[in-house]
This record gives sequence, structure tokens and C-alpha cells, in this order.
Amino acid sequence: MMRKTRSAALVALGGSVALILSGCIGAGSGSGGEETSQNANAQEISWWHNSNQGEGQAYYEQVAKDFEADTGVKVDVQAMQHEDMLTKLQAAFQSGDDAQIPDVYMSRGGGELAAEVDAGLVRDLTADSADTISNISNFTDQYTVDDKVYALPYSIGLVGFWYNKDLFEAAGISDVSPSPTIEEFEGYLDKLKDADTTPLSVGAGDKWPAAHYWYYSVVRECPFDVVEAAIESADYSDPCFIKAGEHTEEIIGQEPFNRGFLTTPAQSGPTSASGLLATGKVAMELAGHWEPGVAGGLTEDGEVPSFLGWFAFPTFDGQGGDPADQMGGGDAWSVSASAPDAAVDFANYLLSDEVQQGFAERDMGLPTNPTATGSLANETLAQLIPVRDGGGVTQLYLDTRLGQSVGGAMNDEIALMFAGEAGPQDVVDAIQTAAEAEQ
Amino acid sequence: MTAPARGGRGRVSSAWRKRLEIAFFVTPALALFALFVVWPIVTAVQLSVFRWKGFGPLTDFVGLRNYVTVLGDDVFVDSVVHNLIIVGGSIALQLPLGLALALLLNRRMWGQGLLRTIIFVPYVLAEVIAGVVWFQLLQPEYGVLDGLLGAVGLQAPEQGWLGDPDLALLTVLVVLTWKYLGLAVILFLAGLQGVPEELYEAAQLDGASWWQTQRKISVPLLGPTMRTWAFLSMIGSLQLFDMVWILTGGGPANSTTTMATYLINQGTRSQNFGIAGAASVILFVIALVMAVLYQQLVLSRDTRPDVVTVRRSRKKVTR
Repeated sequence: MMRKTRSAALVALGGSVALILSGCIGAGSGSGGEETSQNANAQEISWWHNSNQGEGQAYYEQVAKDFEADTGVKVDVQAMQHEDMLTKLQAAFQSGDDAQIPDVYMSRGGGELAAEVDAGLVRDLTADSADTISNISNFTDQYTVDDKVYALPYSIGLVGFWYNKDLFEAAGISDVSPSPTIEEFEGYLDKLKDADTTPLSVGAGDKWPAAHYWYYSVVRECPFDVVEAAIESADYSDPCFIKAGEHTEEIIGQEPFNRGFLTTPAQSGPTSASGLLATGKVAMELAGHWEPGVAGGLTEDGEVPSFLGWFAFPTFDGQGGDPADQMGGGDAWSVSASAPDAAVDFANYLLSDEVQQGFAERDMGLPTNPTATGSLANETLAQLIPVRDGGGVTQLYLDTRLGQSVGGAMNDEIALMFAGEAGPQDVVDAIQTAAEAEQ
Repeated sequence: MTAPARGGRGRVSSAWRKRLEIAFFVTPALALFALFVVWPIVTAVQLSVFRWKGFGPLTDFVGLRNYVTVLGDDVFVDSVVHNLIIVGGSIALQLPLGLALALLLNRRMWGQGLLRTIIFVPYVLAEVIAGVVWFQLLQPEYGVLDGLLGAVGLQAPEQGWLGDPDLALLTVLVVLTWKYLGLAVILFLAGLQGVPEELYEAAQLDGASWWQTQRKISVPLLGPTMRTWAFLSMIGSLQLFDMVWILTGGGPANSTTTMATYLINQGTRSQNFGIAGAASVILFVIALVMAVLYQQLVLSRDTRPDVVTVRRSRKKVTR
């Protein structure tokens, strides 16, 4: 299950006690780390990943065993639920203790990775993984800081609309464009409404699912370089950001969302945004490549709904961005600064043709290694590959791209926009203020 | 342990022994208090004057800037207001309801024990579980409450009880009342046991009605219990987190944020640990000031030696 849930842990400890106690959480795990720290020739490395269920977990166990058989290096595998993993990673970093930080771990790239690099926690892989990097160079941009690559992306997916083919048909929408214009998209909304179907669900209670609308509007209105330059200079005055906000407001203005969407959670339970789509209560949801997996976990029979289809975020007439550009993101393997060389070998091994093909065959994500992209078993997921590899750039989820501090302020303000309490300018102002505070 | 003087099981050693006994029984509690209360407070104060992302050394000293940011943030100011609304609203709703139920349940009647249990069950339920159950009940369109309203021809709010910024805080308050009413009732019932039976008998002989008896005897003698309960309720309301986090997460449109949800949002979610630290210090000060004022102005009359003493359980004020 890749990146199955991005929502913060449902239950967090209140108050300042949590800030302190979290430092202790990571202490018990990763026995391998203690032996490997400061020792370049250690024969045991620790690896944290989030495929903690079923086939994916079994596959990664096998991968670790294969690596041990080939090289004699023992891999101490820790499979964790995604949110737990993020919390533990943060705690391990906070402790600053090499023994607690895993040797190979998942990174989401962007501003988050940059902050880790700043703190000297991540190993530069540019030279040691040169072969692997050249193989997946289309995807390494978001994992590069100052021209050095600090993580190897192994799954890059896209955000787009997952829709219920049956409900679309029932509403009389016969041909669904794989990349509709905004007029076509609004046509879908109208037809669905006429058929008394709620067109969209959105988990605005978790904020980021709502924020994806704004991010994608930015990808449509702002050329990739403009966004990157804005992040670089912490100057978001380019009018394309305002235009993006206007597009988002236009979609919100259609009132296409499920009732109570302002407090709807993203993925937890049958009344969450994903649950509403999985149980046929709404016709569409804007979500990433994880959606089939999430939806499968929310249906009664535990199967991925057969009615799921996918199309890209609509394009706008006269838009400033390249229509081939997409918004998405993925997961990459980082190696910690104190890890032995064997950890780099293992990270490279994870990106090898063989491991990536097995990864694709089990539909664990959208592989980056070109030899593996054809191995995806799930047809709906396979649909995303030509769009992703269609020549455009994939912009990272902007909250990850901007880092948690600015990203959090941005998501808060976009959530207000969905409640009708903030406009396009307010979102830009919130980002600008947070970015300046970071300088 | 120092060896007692030979044959000296007399005055000197007994004084020492007493001290050792005190030390023996108090030290573990003090150590835990220092580790889990004092140390976090000290660290929170330390964090509050730095800008810190959650890893690496504390180097970016910003003085009091985090405090300025927090106090100038509308979201935080609103969350303080929400906390105060919940403090006032909880007391305004639960005091009369709890009192009425306690007085009713204090009468001898059929099924008394069962009714008392039913009233108390919500308080025993874990707050998270109660929150999840209510979240599902309150779902727009598919929730039980909307279903019931629809069945009798009433229109539920369009965005649901939790999705409408104008209704969300009130809804949270109602759920909190459901959850904590049991505590008020149990405390009041306990307080009623302390009212001497002779007073009721005397009132009966004087021909007082049930209503007069309650008004002139039960309620005034419950005063100390009510004041203690209100204190507990106030502190709980200031620290409110779990229920809000599960029902609304602070939304919609920040209409139900509390100081604690603000902390989490800034701290673990946005990696602004300095700002979260400053907010936690402000929360601590607000809670401390309100607690001390309440002790001095309201509770002090109960602690004077000539008044009937009431068993008081003090909840910790700090976090």
C-alpha cells in the first residue's frame, strides 16, 4: 500500500507533553541501527517501509532475504503503518541519535527532504547511485537539493479524478475524455446533478484533499519554472497563483461536493471521501494513485471496485501551464548520513529491474524504472503511466514541495476557501507570510 | 538507610523515621511529576523562544517573536474564545441538567440503580470512542440523526451538524454535555448523601413540600460540591482536545478550534515547534490564572475550617 493515507494520525497526544515524549517513541526499534552506526563495514542495516499489509509486506521480506543471500548483509526490516512511520521518523530525527535513525527509509522529497538535508541527516547519493539515477532521471528532480540527489524515487503517481463508470453511464455521460477541458468537466457535473447524483466527494476535513484542487489549478496556470522560481525566491507575486485560486473558486462555486464536506475525512471509514466513492454514493473524487488501494479497503467485500475509472484534472482555456504537466508525487528511498555503504547498495537494489518489476506486478505503486512500467497488473493504474510519462513534468504535491511549515499554512487557507471564507489573494498571502517567516 | 542509634528507638529515631517514611512514599511521585510535568514545561518554555523544525540543534533563537505570532494569530485568539465558550457553556448546560437529574435520582424509586448507571455510562466510555460514535451519528445524509429527523419530516442542516460553521461549536458542546453530564450527576449524588437526614425530617414536620425541601435544603448544602465540580469542568474545558479533534478537527473554517488543536496543528502538523511551544506556554498561563482566581474567589469559602469540608479531588492543572 503506497502512501495509503496522508492524513495526520487521528489521535495525537495533546499539549506540550507530546512534543517531549515523542522523542522516546523511536527508542525501541531498529536494533540493527545500533550496530551499524559509525561503522562503514557493518553487515546489518535497518530499513523502514510502509507496506505493512499482505502481499506487499511479504514481497519486501523476500527482497530483504534475497539481498542478504546475494551480499551477506542482513536487512532488519521494519514494516509500519504510514502515519506511524512518519511519526517514528520524526522522533528519530528529533533525537539526533544515529542509532535510532534507520539506514534506509522512505522520503517524500521536496521541502521536507531539503530540511532534512539542511540538518545533515541524509546521505548524498549522486555518485554512489549514478547508474540508478541515470535510469530514473525523469523523476529525480524533486529529490535533488543543490544539484545533488538525496533520494531514489521508486514510485511516482499522479493525482486525478477517479470516477464511477456506472454512475457516469446512468447520468448519460457516454464518452469520458481522459483529459477533459473545464467546460467538459462542468458538463459532467451538470449531468450528474440532473441525475440526482452527488458529483464529487472531498475530504476537506483533512484539508490536503481540498488543497489538491488549488495545487492542480496552479499546475495548469503556472509554468513549472515559475513555481520553482517562486519557491526559490520566496516570492509568490506572480499573477498565475491568483488565477489558480480563481479556477478553484469556480469549481467550488458549482457546489459539486458531498454534504458536510468541510468536515469529511479523506480516507477513514465509509463516510469518508474515499468511502463515499467506494460505496457508490458519489460519482468522483480527486485523489492520487493510492485510491484503488484505499477504496478496496473500504468496500464490503474488500475488493477494489470494478467501476473505477480515471481521468486527468481539467485544462483551462488559455492556461499558462503546459497541459502535459501533472501534479503528483511519490515515494523514494533515502539513506541516512550515518549509514554504511551496504545501505546504498540496498537502495540501489530496490530500484533494480528485478525488484521494480515485482513491485509493479503486485500493484504496489507506479514504478519509476522504465523496464518495470509495463508490468503493472491493474489496468486502471496502468492508465496513469502514459499520462505520467507523456513528456510533461510532474509537480510534487505543493504542501510537500513547500515543506510542512509553509505547506500547513497554505492548506489551512485553502480549507477556508472551500468554506467560502477566503479568496484567491488570501491563499497567496498566507503562503507569502509563512515563506517569509521561514527565511 | 542510616542505622538507628543503638537502643535508640526513642524520640530522635522516630523523627528520622518519619522523615524517611515521607521521603520513601513521596519520592516516586515527585520523580514522576518532575519527569512528566515539570520537565515538559521547562522544555516547552525553551522551545518557545526558538524557531525549530523538529530536528537538528536548537540554534535559531527568536526571542519572544513566537509569542507575538501566536497572540497576533486570529486562529489562536478565536480558539481561546472557543475554549471560553466551552467553559461557560459546559457549566450553563450541565449544572442545571446535572442538578435536576441528581435530585430526581436521589428519590427512592424503581430502577434507580439502572438509571444511575445509564447516566454514568457515557463518562466511562473512552472519549475517542464516544467521539467516533457521535461522528457517525451526526453524518449528514447517512447519519442516524439525519435519518430520524427525516422520518418525522424535519429538515437537517444542509451541511450537517458538524459541517456548518455556525452550528459546529454548539454541536460539540451538546456532545460534551452528553459525555460529561454523568460526572456531574455522580458528584452531586455523592454530595446529597452528605446532607443530614434530620434536616429533611425537620422540613417534613414543618410541612415543606418536596420542591421547597430541595430548594431550601438540598441545593444550598450542595454548594461546595457544585463549586468543586465547576472547577473540574473549567479545567477540562480549557484542555479540551480529543472530542474536538475527532468530531471536527477544529473545522469547519476553524470554527471549533481550541488551544490544544492549535498546538497540534502548528506543532506536529506544520513543524512550527517554536510557535506550538509558545502557544502551550500561553495555554498553561491561562489555565493557571483561571485556576488560581477560581481557588481564591470561589473555592476559598469551602476551605475555611468552619464550613463543612468536602472531599476534593484536584485534577492536575498543568499538562
